[in-house]
Amino acid sequence: MIVRKMANLSLLVIVVIITALAFDFTNGFHDTANAMATSIATGALRPKLAVLISGVLNLAGAFLSTKVAQTISSGIVNDKLATPAIIFAGLVGAILWNLATWLLGLPSSSSHALFGGLIGAVWVGAGMNGVHFDQVISKILLPAVASPIVAGIAAMIATYLAYRISRRAREGPVTSGFRHGQTISASLVSLAHGTNDAQKTMGVITLTLISTGALAAGSAPPFWVIVAAGLAIGLGTYAGGWRIIRTMGNRLTDIAPPQGFAAEASSTAVILSSANLGFALSTTHVVAGSVLGTGLGRRLAEVRWSVAGQMALAWLLTLPAAATVGALAAAVAVRGTLGVVVIGLIALAVAVAIYAISRREPVTATNVNDLPPIGAQREALGTAA
Amino acid sequence: MHIDWASVGQVAVVSIGVAAGVVVIFTLGVVALSRRETDIERGDHGALALTGAALCFAACAAVVLYGIYLIVPQLHH
Repeated sequence: MIVRKMANLSLLVIVVIITALAFDFTNGFHDTANAMATSIATGALRPKLAVLISGVLNLAGAFLSTKVAQTISSGIVNDKLATPAIIFAGLVGAILWNLATWLLGLPSSSSHALFGGLIGAVWVGAGMNGVHFDQVISKILLPAVASPIVAGIAAMIATYLAYRISRRAREGPVTSGFRHGQTISASLVSLAHGTNDAQKTMGVITLTLISTGALAAGSAPPFWVIVAAGLAIGLGTYAGGWRIIRTMGNRLTDIAPPQGFAAEASSTAVILSSANLGFALSTTHVVAGSVLGTGLGRRLAEVRWSVAGQMALAWLLTLPAAATVGALAAAVAVRGTLGVVVIGLIALAVAVAIYAISRREPVTATNVNDLPPIGAQREALGTAA
Repeated sequence: MHIDWASVGQVAVVSIGVAAGVVVIFTLGVVALSRRETDIERGDHGALALTGAALCFAACAAVVLYGIYLIVPQLHH
């Protein structure tokens, strides 16, 4: 049945669907760190088991909620102006930025990359009026600044209290107790992530199908779209963005089990309370804020501000960088099918090149917790920046 | 452009309060487990400490269930 439906679609729409699923996959592995980095760093979960749990919960989350899947960008661009070629160009911008930041091991927001790509593509493809800049400030910039600060303060206070209360307790029960707590808090983050992020891809595919008349206006995502989007993000999560997991779990600060639990509890509290009040925020920003906060909350724990600074720079650049790539791609893609094919081939070539570079110094489930000595780290950071 | 600062403040207060509350209760549970080990070594049965730990973890479990309730839309629509 899927095949029969696909047969009626134009080549362009099929390319958009495949590109959207590719973005969803990068979204998955980019964000594995958000739920699992601290659990992997403290040894609460073995790396392979952690990404398996997170992948399954992301897949489950995709089926639980499709309520925001009716919009591409939550009002940041005018969805009516987004033709398949423009959506394609926006997705290319988002994917390439996600791959570049993954190569550098920098946790950056996949949502910002998607919004950035779409903003650039709509701006060039349909004009500046298609971008709602007031929404950019209230829905993107404000949460990006406020959420890591709130999560950081929460984690700092929680960490301080956890150490204060347990300072005379035995080490055995403390370590194992907090490790068990972490597996639960990390699972909650994964589930919440699945209910949020898979829907973005569903929205992109569904609105593309509506724009070409394959679906009636206002349709909910078809079942095969939900399955495909859930599988793409679940498999991406399972693939594990080990480079980013290493940064979040080991390079920002050193995390002991009580800190991991305090950080994850804080992240979960921020994500759930803001979702409940209608704020769309990036799990990446929340978790990074919590990790830094927990580093500060424990006396003598070291926060590596150079790594935090690079991460903050990546956050600032995410939207404009993805927008620039999206705009360039849109300038070519809107010229017709040939333009789309050219951009598709260029994007594929860049993706393969980034993957090839990553193989020179691979980070995997087996070496994610082995950090090179500080000197070697500095050197790596120097070339990365 | 309208920014709802009251909601931003509400998210901040609720998140910080819930995070600190859950972590404190969980830590008390862990401390009670540690106390139970000490009690048992001293020849005590440690039942009081175990009960305290169970109460703390039960409270945390209730918060987790509420979290799942918030995540899964089918439960609250």
